[in-house]
Amino acid sequence: MMQEVVKSNAVILPHPDAEELNPFRGVDFSKLERSLLRPRTFLSLLLSGIITTMTLFAMIPLFSVLGLLLWRGGRKLSIAALTQLPPAPLEQDGGFGNAILGTLVIVGLAALISVPIGLLSAIFLAQSKSDNRLASSVRFAGKVLTGFPSILAGVFAYGVVVTATGGYSAIAGAVALSILMLPTILLTAEDAIRMVPSGMKKAAIGMGATDTQVVWMVLLPTAVPGILTGVMLAIARGAGETAPLLFTSLFSNYWLIWHGHVKLMQPTASFAVLIYNFAGMPFANQVELAWAAALVLVLMVLTANLIGQSLSRKQVGSGQRAV
Amino acid sequence: MRGFAWLTLAIGLFIVLKIVIAALPAIQQYGFGFLTGQVWDPHKNIYSILPEIWGTLYSSVFALILGTAFGLAAAIFLAEGFVADVVFALLRTAKLQFHPVWGKLPRQVDDLFLILIELLAAIPSVVYGLWGLFVVIPLVRPACNWLHAELGWIPLFGTDLSGPGMLPAVIVLSIMILPTITAIARGALVAVPSKLRMAAYGLGATRWETILAVTAPSASRGIFGGVVLAFGRALGETMALAMLLGNQNVISISLFSPANTLAALLANAFPEAGPKDVARLMYAATVLLAITLVVNGAGAFIIQSTSVDKEGEKP
Repeated sequence: MMQEVVKSNAVILPHPDAEELNPFRGVDFSKLERSLLRPRTFLSLLLSGIITTMTLFAMIPLFSVLGLLLWRGGRKLSIAALTQLPPAPLEQDGGFGNAILGTLVIVGLAALISVPIGLLSAIFLAQSKSDNRLASSVRFAGKVLTGFPSILAGVFAYGVVVTATGGYSAIAGAVALSILMLPTILLTAEDAIRMVPSGMKKAAIGMGATDTQVVWMVLLPTAVPGILTGVMLAIARGAGETAPLLFTSLFSNYWLIWHGHVKLMQPTASFAVLIYNFAGMPFANQVELAWAAALVLVLMVLTANLIGQSLSRKQVGSGQRAV
Repeated sequence: MRGFAWLTLAIGLFIVLKIVIAALPAIQQYGFGFLTGQVWDPHKNIYSILPEIWGTLYSSVFALILGTAFGLAAAIFLAEGFVADVVFALLRTAKLQFHPVWGKLPRQVDDLFLILIELLAAIPSVVYGLWGLFVVIPLVRPACNWLHAELGWIPLFGTDLSGPGMLPAVIVLSIMILPTITAIARGALVAVPSKLRMAAYGLGATRWETILAVTAPSASRGIFGGVVLAFGRALGETMALAMLLGNQNVISISLFSPANTLAALLANAFPEAGPKDVARLMYAATVLLAITLVVNGAGAFIIQSTSVDKEGEKP
């Protein structure tokens, strides 16, 4: 075989311009091989190594926080800690039962305010045409509010609710949180509704459905997973916020429900404020309780987040997303 | 529906107006000097917030530098599928790369990293504050004090770290803004048409020549928008800074000195504020509002205008 190949070459080569016609003339083939010693490839490998290290480095805090929470918070966590009232200074034991209840009530109230407004605005945004001035300004306002400092939401609620009603209350805290939850609900719900395949909408219109029927019987039911994603993410954010609650719902060492009366207009305990207050105290028992409360809070927030994210994968049309 | 859209817009405007109007008495009383003086002393009845403005900007800028470096690295890492490639290579050596179950692994590992970065954003800031108090401060303190002792002539290391201070706060703050940068920058990188990347590979560019010369420049506006939004978050962040910064009205270039921020001032002073204090604090809130609105508005505008461009590019 070899012999034949050489022979056949020998037939072609004698062409006088063979050297001129060779497209690889003057190319040093050894340079085309991938070699780690060449600066280009070495630099590429080096940079890959650097960003891998940096990414892994960026994950350390997550594991450090979670590990420490499990270690320091897990020790203190017990049924008593979940159900009892906060201890006085130097007192042993105690818990944060009222803070759990308070957080649930405040976040629940905030969701009651922000979900209807956010959802109905989102329906309008999703239905509007791209050149609608109102829609684009609402969207812009929503995006700016996403980055709105949480403390300013508290300042606003202080100015509107606390000064008007004359005292700190769960309602004031809920108003502050609802402002922070609104943009998440609004923008996620709009995305979810927009992702409903237009074929479904057209089919409904073709069957003679009115606009209202299209919205309530086709668009919303189909977009439910995506909408719930936004609501869960918003609730997770609201539950973790501290700054706006510091001076709207303040804190309380007592139960929100007393002798069967729900006291929404009283200062109310919340998780986040409890952690902040107890973390700065010089008493070991309080610091331990702060860690245990942080563990419960993080578990709640992460669960809400993971539920939200798994729901978002169930959203119809989420595979079509470009980003 | 239209009514609720108006309501959302009205709420946004009402928040801004309410804070500014509540601040008007203090603005009239203290005027511009409120922004330039350095003393906040209730006993002498002198109020001004320059140290807080300085602390807000200084901590945010430093956190932004750190957070951008690590956040961009993570964004490139996730967008270019480095982990997925490694997992795929491992699977190929085991000849499992098209296996119905194992074959999905590269994609799943990529998703896992994405979720981990997103969880970083989900941890409440007060928990970061707690972590910073009990982990970061003890961890960096010996190194900081050694730097101060050996290199104290450099202004950055001009004081020692006696507990709370700028550096631990900046570290924690940069971790908090990192997910914002990573999420937005990754989105921008993934949105770059794959034809561009393929063309660069076809010309013989290495992976990093492609990233640095083609992918990153094409996504630069999206990345920049993400960085600006992260800056806005850093400016408004309250709890972690209130817990880690020491809350002292000091203007110092040193990384180890305690400081204060506008948000921390509001968080600390509001709970026990009387009616006259409220107006002053509202003035401080207005300043913070103005800074963050400008920064966030710019970020939202940049990102919104990029997405319009991207739509125009589609064939």
